[in-house]
Amino acid sequence: MTITDPPPSEARKRTNLQRIALSITINAVRHELEISPTATLLDIIRDQLGLTGTKKGCDMGGCGACTVLVDGRRVASCLALAASFAGAAVTTIEGVGTADRLHPLQAAFIRHDALQCGYCTPGQILSALALLSEGPGSVAEIREGMSGNLCRCGAYPNIVAAIAEVAGL
Amino acid sequence: MSGPSFHYIRAAGLDDALAHGARRDAIYLAGGIDFLQLWKTGLATPKTVIDISHLPLAEISYAGNTLSLGALARLSEVPAHPDVKVHHPLIAEAILASASGQLRNMATLGGNLLQRTRCPYFRSEGLACNKRASGSGCGARDGENRHAALFGASSGCVAAHASDLAVALSALDAEIVVASVAGERRVGLPDLYPLPDATTAPNSSLADGDVITAIQIRGAAGFAARSTYLKIRDRASFEFAVVSVAGALQVEDGVITAARLSAGGVAPLPWRLHASEAALVGRAPGEAAFVTAAELAIAGARPLNKNAFKIPLLRNAVIRALRTIGGFR
Repeated sequence: MTITDPPPSEARKRTNLQRIALSITINAVRHELEISPTATLLDIIRDQLGLTGTKKGCDMGGCGACTVLVDGRRVASCLALAASFAGAAVTTIEGVGTADRLHPLQAAFIRHDALQCGYCTPGQILSALALLSEGPGSVAEIREGMSGNLCRCGAYPNIVAAIAEVAGL
Repeated sequence: MSGPSFHYIRAAGLDDALAHGARRDAIYLAGGIDFLQLWKTGLATPKTVIDISHLPLAEISYAGNTLSLGALARLSEVPAHPDVKVHHPLIAEAILASASGQLRNMATLGGNLLQRTRCPYFRSEGLACNKRASGSGCGARDGENRHAALFGASSGCVAAHASDLAVALSALDAEIVVASVAGERRVGLPDLYPLPDATTAPNSSLADGDVITAIQIRGAAGFAARSTYLKIRDRASFEFAVVSVAGALQVEDGVITAARLSAGGVAPLPWRLHASEAALVGRAPGEAAFVTAAELAIAGARPLNKNAFKIPLLRNAVIRALRTIGGFR
């Protein structure tokens, strides 16, 4: 069997040598990164920066576990091509509160027993924070507004109750 | 999950994007939602991704009775815009019935119109699908076709179009502004979506390199007081339509003077119900006229073995939509 080196252009296509300089702010800390063109925002948050609070669930935009805020608006980071987010300010669950100083929404989740396994919770919290800034007018609007976040443990009634409490509804 | 490698280009401007985009193996990136789903599952394999998401094509304006929506406006920005709320609430309603809060913050108007069908045979590599691999056949025609089209399908493709926005735009006679290296042209919404034939089922009539820059609706603001988007789906939220109806009426002195009806989930494009519209004009809004319109809406439907339930569903959805907007105000 003879093995020959592929021409350089073919090798480049297969191994993807392109690196992209990305300046991005995560939880108020600015990062100058070199990323792959195929990296998602979720990939760089978890794998490159080690912020593993943001979860990978379906990886197809359907479950909401990967929800983060970009410039204050919630997005599914698994469907966000990172290269497209130059200059963005991102908030992940690590930027929301600490064990000693919980965000009021996190405290409400605990009070209302709004989780079991907890895997979806970071996404639920980030999504709900954005929803609260959108000013939901009713519990029905909370239910509709949180439809992008799945909870396989079925803690929905308690999640809605926690958000409603913080919303003053 | 990650798809095959590609080269990333951030377009410096529209002309730069068009210069790069005419290559067959290139794809434009706007919101990226549909593309990343297709890429992660191996169904989209571009060599070059041209990022146009940051280009200044997101403006929303209303002047001279024309609503102009920049194609790169995010779905979430449109329903909140005062000109949309006042002049075309139908568009706002259709968008708010689409996707989730997260995805509406990412998805663009142009990308929404060009999203690929949700037909499971298109979304599963290895199954027969003329839309994905021309000439490979259509697995859905005699297979899992619960969501397939009732109208406009062919022996080669029975896929339905998934966009809610397109259904509302179809009812309002929207025009699509398209840029290419050859210049700018306008395309009526129905002409964006060619019907399938026996072996081919193109996703749109756009050529490689074309960019949707704007969506325009001229006139039609007379429908603002009486319009509705009714979406029937398998769960209450964050789900594609099984059947949807965009409806709009103008009523003067107890008589319908103009009507617009378009159906989603039932055809390869938003299915405008012209016969139903014509039957409503000149009649008093009420059950008799609504039932006539609904019967005309289902005339000519060609069900497959698992989607016949959508015929009475469409009929009843037309009636319910008309009841919602046909009352005295």
